[in-house]
Amino acid sequence: MKKDLKREMICIVCPRGCHLQVDEESLKVTGNCCEKGAAYGRNELTHPTRVVCSTVKLVSDQLCRCPVKTDHAVAKDKIMDVMAVLNQIQVHAPVHIGQVLCGNIAGTGANLVATRNIDH
Amino acid sequence: MYDLAIIGAGVVGCCLAYECSRYNLKVLLLEKENDVSLGASRANTAIIHGGYDPDPDTLMGQMNVPGAYLTMDRVETLDVEFIKTGSLIVGFDEKDAQVIQEKYEKGLINGVKGMEILNGDEARDREPQLSPEVTIALWVPDSGVINPWEFTLAHAEVAVREGVDLKLNHEVTGIDWQEDHYLVHTPEESFAARYVANCAGIHADEIHSMVAEPAFKIEATRGQYYVLDRAVGEIIKSVIFPCPNALTKGILVAPTVHGNILVGPDAERIDDKENTSTTAAGLSHVAQNASRCVPGLNLRSNIRNYAGVRANSDYGDFFLKIVAPHFLDIAAIKSPGLTCAPVLAQEAVKLLQGEGLVYTPKAEWDGTRKVVRFKEIPEEDRAAFIADHPDYGRVICRCETITEGEIVAALKRGLPVVSLDGVKRRTGTGMGRCQGGFCGPRIVEILCRETGISPEAITQDKAGSYILCGPTKSEVQEEERA
Amino acid sequence: MKHVPRAANLPEHLANYPEYELIVVGGGPAGLAAAVGAYQAGLRKILIVERDTFLGGILNQCIHNGFGLHHFGEELTGPEYASRFIDQLEGTTIETALDTMVLSINNTDAWRYIHMMSKAEGYQVLRTKALVLAMGCRERTRMQIQIPGSRAAGIINAGQAQQFVNLEGHMVGKRVIILGSGDIGLIMARRLTLEGAKVVACVELMPYSGGLMRNIVQCLQDYDIPLYLSHTITDIRGKYRVEGVTVQAVDEHFKPIPGTEVDYEVDTVLLSVGLIPENELSRAAGVQIDPHTSGPSVYENGETSEKGIFACGNVLHVHDLVDYVTEEALAAGQAAATFVKQEIRGSETPNEQNRIEPGQQLTSSLIALKTDDHIAYTVPQHIRLDKLVEMDKNVRIFFRVRQNYPEPTRVVFRDGQGKQIAAFKRPYMAPGEMENVSLPMTLLKQMSGQELKLSVEEIA
Repeated sequence: MKKDLKREMICIVCPRGCHLQVDEESLKVTGNCCEKGAAYGRNELTHPTRVVCSTVKLVSDQLCRCPVKTDHAVAKDKIMDVMAVLNQIQVHAPVHIGQVLCGNIAGTGANLVATRNIDH
Repeated sequence: MYDLAIIGAGVVGCCLAYECSRYNLKVLLLEKENDVSLGASRANTAIIHGGYDPDPDTLMGQMNVPGAYLTMDRVETLDVEFIKTGSLIVGFDEKDAQVIQEKYEKGLINGVKGMEILNGDEARDREPQLSPEVTIALWVPDSGVINPWEFTLAHAEVAVREGVDLKLNHEVTGIDWQEDHYLVHTPEESFAARYVANCAGIHADEIHSMVAEPAFKIEATRGQYYVLDRAVGEIIKSVIFPCPNALTKGILVAPTVHGNILVGPDAERIDDKENTSTTAAGLSHVAQNASRCVPGLNLRSNIRNYAGVRANSDYGDFFLKIVAPHFLDIAAIKSPGLTCAPVLAQEAVKLLQGEGLVYTPKAEWDGTRKVVRFKEIPEEDRAAFIADHPDYGRVICRCETITEGEIVAALKRGLPVVSLDGVKRRTGTGMGRCQGGFCGPRIVEILCRETGISPEAITQDKAGSYILCGPTKSEVQEEERA
Repeated sequence: MKHVPRAANLPEHLANYPEYELIVVGGGPAGLAAAVGAYQAGLRKILIVERDTFLGGILNQCIHNGFGLHHFGEELTGPEYASRFIDQLEGTTIETALDTMVLSINNTDAWRYIHMMSKAEGYQVLRTKALVLAMGCRERTRMQIQIPGSRAAGIINAGQAQQFVNLEGHMVGKRVIILGSGDIGLIMARRLTLEGAKVVACVELMPYSGGLMRNIVQCLQDYDIPLYLSHTITDIRGKYRVEGVTVQAVDEHFKPIPGTEVDYEVDTVLLSVGLIPENELSRAAGVQIDPHTSGPSVYENGETSEKGIFACGNVLHVHDLVDYVTEEALAAGQAAATFVKQEIRGSETPNEQNRIEPGQQLTSSLIALKTDDHIAYTVPQHIRLDKLVEMDKNVRIFFRVRQNYPEPTRVVFRDGQGKQIAAFKRPYMAPGEMENVSLPMTLLKQMSGQELKLSVEEIA
């Protein structure tokens, strides 16, 4: 008898947290409320990705760390590689939101950008 | 060469250092912890007792009343938080009535002033929240609640300002008599002193045994407490003791100088003298017995539990004796030790004099201390005060409204401070409902800035209780991950 | 407790009060949106008072993403979300007082008096027509959940850890266990893992998580951190710094089950055991507090029991999404603006007619919202129907359920006679996730009596 290969997962696209079922063969998604959820479900089975948020060292009068994120989701298994690179980065104020602090970080194709405006 | 080495910077040691600082003496105050007042002096019931309880033929009975009056005087001199609340010892039946009558008579012999025996209704006139089952009570007006660690700190601060050498983090490991003086050993260094006073609290029997045959044994007794949120309000105004009976000493309910309500303690003999952990069993014992006197008490408004270890002993009284040449024990200081500490210190000086210690008063000595507490500044004076002292305009502890100015001032009063609890004991930060959640990081920042120590060196409390373990993004963590 | 002196007794030299139309206490997401909302509604003399040295409040330390999907339609980090509002202040007449603490509020009929102080400006008394409370919340502490044990360091609230790690750049521990599955705890599990710590487990007393499902997935499951439901920490060991804990399963009465003890070697216990609205200032100002939310009891427009004092955000009730805070705060700001305009016009305000005084009979258009046992609370607690009609608005009701509903259910509003006024289908509900429904004014008009009861019902 053919086994019903469905992966249960919780969608993390939005706080609603839909309970998805993804067919492992056809990648058909059920239980989703929107198309983004379906895309997430398919993605999560084939190549799961996450946005990485962290901080980098900052030279400023106000603060000693600048919050950062990857401007795109990166492959889940690359998260620690991204951390290793960003841990070596030091930036100087002023910094503005969206400023690229490291292009193509750890070869992921994503840029590391600042997420806070720090004037001085 | 020191004239006198005092071992232990609890309330007794600090009161003695204060007393000695009046004279032309070279005095050393040794403490094994990273701050003063870290033993029984910090975690206790914080009561200045009236004096009806101890037996008249003990030192405790003889010193209690003079101790209470000297303390009430000293809190003015040293600007220490104290409220003369009075105490009520309440009873529920005939047996209790008998005990209360005995206490009353003891009190008369001990010199307690102004006592009154009240019936249940009279007691409830004073304290409307008292149980309707209370039938009799003893009212003792000349007693109150104190900030015990501030009382200790204040004596130490003045003593150090007036020339006493304080060595923190110096645990005494041995004492040798060298013909006319002692060598007091610590792992760091040894100190020569002509006289030694043993004020080592729960460890006093161990220090005693370094120079003399055992004479008493400290029986460390742990007590656990609840501290209720100030929002509970003035449910009671005075200290309420249940009448002790054969079964239990009873759980007392007391206001604190900070406007909280204190409930406790239980009493439990423990082997590890330093074990100030709270336990589920101990706390539930307190909780079960808490509402006997004050039924409206709601322990859900608890903001903090703590446990203290009292230096009870098998001796049954304060042990105040010369036990070896030039060596004085001020030991087995159990309740009412906090009340008696200033008088014990005065008596100790006399005993040391009898043992040959010669001293003359200093030409100039200032025994006073003054503290600015923002909360106590009248509303109409605040604008002018902050205009002159901007640091007092920044609130660091939101719950208790403690300002940066108060913290900085506390750090500059002569005693090194390396812990958040050290700041708390000096200023009251983190005492409130958030328990330091908001102000912790800002106090770390101020401590680093004012004292120059690194964030990792700042502790919560005693040495080893570090809070932070290094910066993020450090090389060390890189290695750990790899 | 010491009574706050009324403004009339204030000393002469302070009698020259700077005047505002609106003062907002708190410059976090709620305060910022309230000020922006009031400005958009036409007020110009607005002041935001913030105790920290920068605006944005707790969002500054929430460096993770996931904010703004509702309000901005995109995923932002906390600081980015805050900046959207901070940027909106540029070019407006909204003033800010940073590093400034409000000490007390005195309410009179015509004015709200604010006592505040700062290092830079000293002690000041200002007065304002309207006031918005937006002070946020604080974390429950170890003591409020009664874990006995040693006084060792290393027991730290998740939010405080977040501040240390994200803003100050300090690590708080190397081996960490998390007690409580609130969102901040989950977020910090991931954050500490990324920064090199080992998070050994997350332990939750309840049979369900206190945080959002998405956070369990992306903060715990992504990093193989186990979540133990119906478990708790029963012992914390360590003399100076935490050295280990014992975790035990609990039965349905939350009593630890003997024999289930598991020991963990950790140096840090991170607490994520809930948030409490911070209402000391509100209480002292006489604002009535709802024991179910620990926040002010409010009307449909966010107005509290005290005239001219409004509340929004986490000071009102703890939210799990900042987007709803924003929505609520914009509305409170607009309502404050309406109030100010009516006050200035000098007309008798309709608010006055329906103000409930203790013991007073409710007037016909005032509706009290009640809940059944399955619902923990609603915000608002009262609706003035005439105000809704006047504003021509529907009313958004926020609520939380007390237990998990994995299967679809209905939440139903019934009037005093038991007549169904409105019903909403919910596919899934959990206590960790705040629910809301928009209740149409037209339906409310059809109800009889002055009580509207919200209940969870099975789908027939």
